[in-house]
Amino acid sequence: MAASCVRTVGSLLGKCGNCSSNINTVTSQLSRRQICVSTALLKKNLAAAGPEKFTVEFIQKQVEEFDIGKRHLANMMGEDPENFTQEDIDRSIAYLFPSGLFEKKARPLMKLIFFPLHEAVQWGADGRPFHFLFYTGKQSYYSLMHELYGKILNIEKHQDRLRAKGLFSQDAKAIALDTSRWFTKEELEVLLVETISSHNYDRFIQLIERLLSMPYGNMEEEFVLQYRRPLEAQSKKQSVPVPERDDKGVAFSTSDGRRKTSNSSVVLRDGGSGRITVNGQEYLQYFPVLQDREQLMFPLQFVDLLGRFDLECTVSGGGRSSQAGALRLAISRALLSFLSEGEQETMRQAGLLTPDPRVRERKKPGQEGARRKFTWKKR
Amino acid sequence: MAARALTRGLLGLRHSRTVTLTYSSGHHYATATSVESPQPQVDEYTDKILNQPLQKPDFFRVSELFSLKDLFDARVHLGHKKGCRHRLMEPYLYGCRLNHDIIDLDQTVEHLQLALNFTAHVAYRGGIILFVSRRRQFSHLVECTAKDCEEYAHTRYWQGGLLTNANIQYGSGVRLPDLIIFLSTLNNVFQQHVGIRDAAKMNIPTVGVVDSNCNPSLVTYPIPGNDDTPVTMELYCRLFKMTINRAKDKRKQMEILHGLSAPSTPSSWHE
Repeated sequence: MAASCVRTVGSLLGKCGNCSSNINTVTSQLSRRQICVSTALLKKNLAAAGPEKFTVEFIQKQVEEFDIGKRHLANMMGEDPENFTQEDIDRSIAYLFPSGLFEKKARPLMKLIFFPLHEAVQWGADGRPFHFLFYTGKQSYYSLMHELYGKILNIEKHQDRLRAKGLFSQDAKAIALDTSRWFTKEELEVLLVETISSHNYDRFIQLIERLLSMPYGNMEEEFVLQYRRPLEAQSKKQSVPVPERDDKGVAFSTSDGRRKTSNSSVVLRDGGSGRITVNGQEYLQYFPVLQDREQLMFPLQFVDLLGRFDLECTVSGGGRSSQAGALRLAISRALLSFLSEGEQETMRQAGLLTPDPRVRERKKPGQEGARRKFTWKKR
Repeated sequence: MAARALTRGLLGLRHSRTVTLTYSSGHHYATATSVESPQPQVDEYTDKILNQPLQKPDFFRVSELFSLKDLFDARVHLGHKKGCRHRLMEPYLYGCRLNHDIIDLDQTVEHLQLALNFTAHVAYRGGIILFVSRRRQFSHLVECTAKDCEEYAHTRYWQGGLLTNANIQYGSGVRLPDLIIFLSTLNNVFQQHVGIRDAAKMNIPTVGVVDSNCNPSLVTYPIPGNDDTPVTMELYCRLFKMTINRAKDKRKQMEILHGLSAPSTPSSWHE
């Protein structure tokens, strides 16, 4: 069905594999009347035929047709059909069918997208379903629960055998669970290719926690870890700037900082006497107000390294206070390379490394400012 | 009894659809022993493979799988207390001792033999068998039994339209079970399992272990017996597994013996 749609465009492109790609490429800017007519006819045929069965043979046939189409496309573009990658395909389609649409997903596409096999037919030619829990409705979820319970029974049997021999020991090592978390319900649904209710999800978590709570639960460690997602540690996300050495052997590090609309860049040199230069001027001259100078000094004062470094700063944009804030963030980031892990963690907890997300809120129509409304008059 | 004859006739009708397209009218069983085919030329496959088991009353020798003593040792005769007794179970009870109902094992033996024989015939003809039980203690056992016989199990929450709304829930062209075996006819709130009523609606024959607090009326082949003890459930599962495996092996044997194989699937079972 979808293949015959493309035969009209066959002279141009050969057979494209994906159904969606067919419809997309056909409604392209090459407006040839016979293409429009054929899609209109085909839409009626598709409705009558019913939903396509995504069997394994169907998928294989689509893959073969996609390869043939890919080779035709490569010949058309004058490139080597053997080494034609997906990026080349995307480039060629963008060249042949230029689209001004803003939505990237609405543009012409020639790609094989494999939908999860849940769409595939679940029974064989004689009508017998493949999975023994097919008639429950949620076969993968219930087979997972069945498997888990089977493992629990096995562990209990193993424990009983050890107890009978007298080799039962309570101090079996526990699996490290702090660095990971359980899959969420959505992730489990994606894994099982089925929708499950929140009650089902709770039961699953209870059962797997019960498995781990048993003394010899670590026997099924690798099975359990399949259902855990590792947590990204907070402080490891911070990329520490690498300290370099300049001609005279002085170690220095550079970093940037932003606050409101100010951008700043700081070069922190070691072995200095605590002089700070901002945009070529002395900091006392650039920041007459004490509050701004305190902001500059706070990171160094926090780690008690006030007199050790020389700072060479550049800052632009924003006002007095926001420039000071941008500089403070840049100084803290530059300092990270000279500190130990523990001191970095304390700096992070003090909030020195967090960029301030507050920006000016826009004024809305019908109001005087961002929040202030016009004076309300009763009559 | 009438229900049983009716479902036997219906099974015969349903079975006839899976047979080759050479003849249109199907078999109707009058009795288990004699089968009359309306056509003068009988298909060889049908005659040798499908009709032959119907010649003898106990072709698969299921009565050899168990004895009354086995049932007694597995405590099949223990029913519930007198207060829980269901009125329709009174014919199947032997008596009552110290307020505990005792199920008549002679009747159980007959009923169990009939049920196992029927299961064997269904399995012999490649029917789909679904094991249902809503008892949490035996859920894993029942699922393992089903997996071992290569049949199907459902020991979980029964969604309303599983049998009656199957085409929408599973997709069109799904094949429903040909036999449902209830290893416990009650659900978790001591009401009759919805599957019994649904199977009766969809003309699917049922085999069910009915305890003294259950309603045996809608079950095609009731087996009066205990459904609460682990020993008893293991006995039932073992018996069903053995019959089904025996029937399937016999089928393979017969096909090899006569050098015939099943006709190409007409896929007429989803009318």
